[in-house]
Amino acid sequence: MILRGAAAVLAKDARCEVRSKQAITAVLLFAVTSTIAVSFTLGAIGSDTAVAAALLWVVIYFSAMAGLGRSFAHEEETHTAGLLRLAVPAESVYIGKLAFNFLTLVAVEIVAVPMFVLLTGCHIGRAGVFIGLLGLGSLALSAGATTAAAMVSRAAGKGALFAGVSFPLLAPALAVAIAGTSAALGPPPHASAASDVRLLVYYCGVVIVASLMLFRYVWEE
Amino acid sequence: MVLSLRLGLAAVLVIAAVAVLTVVWVPPADSGFASPKWARLIVFHVPCAMMAVVAYIVSTIYAVIRLSRGDMAADVKSAASAALGFGFTVLATATGMVFAGIEWGSAWNWDPRETSILMLMIVYVAYFALRAAIPNAASRARISAAYNVLACLVMPFLVFVLPRISPGLHPQRASLSWEYAAALGGAMVGYVLLYVWLFRVVVARRSG
Repeated sequence: MILRGAAAVLAKDARCEVRSKQAITAVLLFAVTSTIAVSFTLGAIGSDTAVAAALLWVVIYFSAMAGLGRSFAHEEETHTAGLLRLAVPAESVYIGKLAFNFLTLVAVEIVAVPMFVLLTGCHIGRAGVFIGLLGLGSLALSAGATTAAAMVSRAAGKGALFAGVSFPLLAPALAVAIAGTSAALGPPPHASAASDVRLLVYYCGVVIVASLMLFRYVWEE
Repeated sequence: MVLSLRLGLAAVLVIAAVAVLTVVWVPPADSGFASPKWARLIVFHVPCAMMAVVAYIVSTIYAVIRLSRGDMAADVKSAASAALGFGFTVLATATGMVFAGIEWGSAWNWDPRETSILMLMIVYVAYFALRAAIPNAASRARISAAYNVLACLVMPFLVFVLPRISPGLHPQRASLSWEYAAALGGAMVGYVLLYVWLFRVVVARRSG
């Protein structure tokens, strides 16, 4: 029941996105322009893995902030939130919106990350761990940002508030992702990167489970 | 009202007594400090940081009560404790920066505990901004309580990752002389009294 509802919410958001292309355009445009700005300003970062990892995640984080906040604000603005509340349980809305935000972020990373690696000339020490960190980091950002977007959707000044409310929730995941990516980009050993993967798994578990438990208080009238 | 005034007076007297005793009785630190006499600042800094954490935990407990029972009084108490926690955080940060400037040569060093307290401040600035931006009282109470609980659950992750990002300057295990331990205990009692007094005053004012 909950998963069927979540699939319906995901399908609805995907259809709306295919028609309007609002979220993907905003996130992709931000990711591409900020990657170009970073590489144009700094040139080749090369072996400075800490700087490369921090800049990569700053690009991903602000791209997420540019687009993911719209997921619930759009429902309130078009007055479809009430219908959505009646149609599916709160948990389905959270899972559906989370899946949509995660897929949006992954789609953007498929373009932005290879571009970042090429333009900054950074070397990937262990590709498997690097891709795992990107995936889990994106899931972590999507999980926190989806809940934050629902929280600010009924507040005044949603745009500015979304970034402010999201940051404290996402900062631990961002710090773990940066530390892990820095280790994965560098030479062996990559043991600390593997422990960061585990930490991100725990973070995703805690945030998703807590969000599922808390979401009905945020979503329902 | 009379009890509340007595509590406030007791808090101020205990903190003032500890301040005087710290200056005239607690000796300068033995070693390991650039300025041994300024090491006495820990008597005020450490209890402030501890009280901030206690106030935030109380705020989260009331947030859980608000969500589970729908009790609006719990929302007032949760917000009041968060506000007091924020005040103690500002005091802890200010005294810590003075200490760090004198003892470590720079007021801000991105030490894991400095970063953690900065993150706590950002969490509660966001919490107050969220509360201020939601006009409906019932929605404000539910949404800010959910935010409070979620923030409390994700903050411990920083404890694991921050020490790997930057080395710590705070000592992991400090052995204190009995004069320092006594002064720290006295300051803690004073801050607890201050917290309880201010909590009652703020809750009474916001409920009335």
